[in-house]
Amino acid sequence: MKEEDKNLQSPFRRRFLQGSTALAAGSALPLALTSANSWAQSSGGQPRTLTMLAWYGHAEPDVVAEFEAKHNCKVKPKYYTGGDNMLALISQSPAGTYDLVLSDAEYVPQLRKAGYLERLDAKDYAFDDYFPEFQKFPGHWDGNDLYAVMVRFGFLGVAYNTDAVPESKARSFKVYWDPAYKGKVGHFDWYLPNMGELSLYAGHKAPYKLEGDQFAKLKSVMKSLRPQVAGFFDYGGTFSGLKNGQLQLVCGIGDWITGTLARSGAKVSSVVPDEGGLQWTESLSIGKGSRNRDLANAFIQYITSAQGQVKSAKMAAYPALIPNRKGWELLGQSDPAEARRQGMVLTGHSVMDDIRSGKIVFRQLPVQQSIEDWNDFWSEYKERA
Amino acid sequence: MSSNTSRRRWPLLLPPLLWQLTFFLLPLLFLFVISFWSVVNFRLEPDMTLKNWDFMLSRSSFWSAYGHTWALALGAAVVTTCCSFPAACSLAFTVSERTRKLALMFLVVPFFTSYLVRVYSWQAFLSDNGIVNALLSLVGLDGLPMLNSDFGSLVGYVTLALPLVTLVQTMGLAQIDRNLIEAAHNLRAGPVRTLFEVIMPLAKPSLVVGALFAFILAFGDFVAPTYLGGGAPPTLSNLIIDTTKSGQQWPRAAVVAIVMILTLVVTSLAAVRLAYGRRK
Repeated sequence: MKEEDKNLQSPFRRRFLQGSTALAAGSALPLALTSANSWAQSSGGQPRTLTMLAWYGHAEPDVVAEFEAKHNCKVKPKYYTGGDNMLALISQSPAGTYDLVLSDAEYVPQLRKAGYLERLDAKDYAFDDYFPEFQKFPGHWDGNDLYAVMVRFGFLGVAYNTDAVPESKARSFKVYWDPAYKGKVGHFDWYLPNMGELSLYAGHKAPYKLEGDQFAKLKSVMKSLRPQVAGFFDYGGTFSGLKNGQLQLVCGIGDWITGTLARSGAKVSSVVPDEGGLQWTESLSIGKGSRNRDLANAFIQYITSAQGQVKSAKMAAYPALIPNRKGWELLGQSDPAEARRQGMVLTGHSVMDDIRSGKIVFRQLPVQQSIEDWNDFWSEYKERA
Repeated sequence: MSSNTSRRRWPLLLPPLLWQLTFFLLPLLFLFVISFWSVVNFRLEPDMTLKNWDFMLSRSSFWSAYGHTWALALGAAVVTTCCSFPAACSLAFTVSERTRKLALMFLVVPFFTSYLVRVYSWQAFLSDNGIVNALLSLVGLDGLPMLNSDFGSLVGYVTLALPLVTLVQTMGLAQIDRNLIEAAHNLRAGPVRTLFEVIMPLAKPSLVVGALFAFILAFGDFVAPTYLGGGAPPTLSNLIIDTTKSGQQWPRAAVVAIVMILTLVVTSLAAVRLAYGRRK
């Protein structure tokens, strides 16, 4: 090579080498930092963060403190109220924002179809400990592919003030029409549980699968109830209304609110009426693109274990029933009074008997009509006095 | 003003202009644009359809919520103005400058606590077993249904707007030339005539602007109609919440929001004209 060629080439080579080095350093730096970060986290250094999209209470210390200590992590929640709110949050966030997604069971198929959930490995979870009814829960599976694991559930029926309403009356939805409670009946402001309950009262065994004439009958039944209704309340409003006695009957809720109030001494309770009740179900999934899949998986294993299930059953924010039979056993040993109060007893009548008798049906999204059709009627119903 | 001075002031106007552009005009434009979008599988999809406008504006529930909201906001403006005026007159005309400043400072104090907390605390007073009904029963009167009614909503609106309206009225009344009031007295006008023919006409801008503030605050408020009004019949704010709950229908909620904004713009222009328009 000629000298002048070398001179020409030299600056180019130098620049190329400088650029390559910078590029390599630039590429390696994040990798090195990530590795260092992972090493620091795994060696008990900086705690990892596990993000969770959930109803209020699921990432509070009474539930997650033990897990956080064991895995040197911090569970960071984003709380929502209602499935629609949850869908809004997840649809407006980039993939990987939430490691864990807690959703009501009826929303799992929608989350799966929209591509918001990772597929789970059924072998990772203690399904053998679950009651058979909850092992292959509808909507959680797509064929043989699992997308969500049930954590807890509860029933929706008639919530009532025990000083003002005798339990014998509360055992039928008819009590809402009793003139003695005019202006004292409240609705939890969500069309799905209310219209489901009143659909049961209208005689529909499948309360969310209504033909046109059945939907018309439901509307007619609801319109006849409207003059009795004091108002429509969110979580806080329902709480205070029941607590200060302004509301003596509330449609669309269950022990998840009255159980919490009763623990603080309020004279309230809830029953599944003779016409039947609804089951709400909360399930955990791993969010699409989770950067902490191992930790998220460990959390699902933790909360669905017998010990985790007892914590979930007694969650400070709102109590619930649990699907794990071993969890029932442990609850019966550690807190027999709470096990009896919630009907999670292995001898005698239990909540599983209500499910097996067909008295309880799952809450689900409308089948024949659209969500908008039901919600539009709900708005119309609210308007009528 | 010389063109040089005008040129030097332009940079000072730039921050508020940028602020308005970034935090008001652009979001407003976005709101307008998404009112023509569609929702597919709970996700917003860019579109150019009038179906959201058609759907919302053809519903009777929308117009009844509109009428209810308008009536409540008008009621709030009237009640707040009437409640504030005596206090504002006292502060403007009867107390010392020092006392007035102190009172005005105390008027700001309610804003230190959350409006939601203040509304919740009203439940203890207004519920059927609450403090007001307990006092009524002490004097042998029947209890009144106050919570979960329009009356409850109005109490919430007044709680929200009263301090601000009193401040605006006091500022306006304090600027009235006292010589004019004394002249009215010297010409043998009684207190009532002086109030209606001298003070109120001179204080008209502050009275109208105060009422307008009350109207605007009440028209868009979600808290009082929800927690004191029982959410029924729904106001436009309640309707926005219901609409977003219904399958993420943000475009329909945007239609409601735009109608609310247009209503407030028209009402504000009418109020400004009333406040500052020339008398014939």
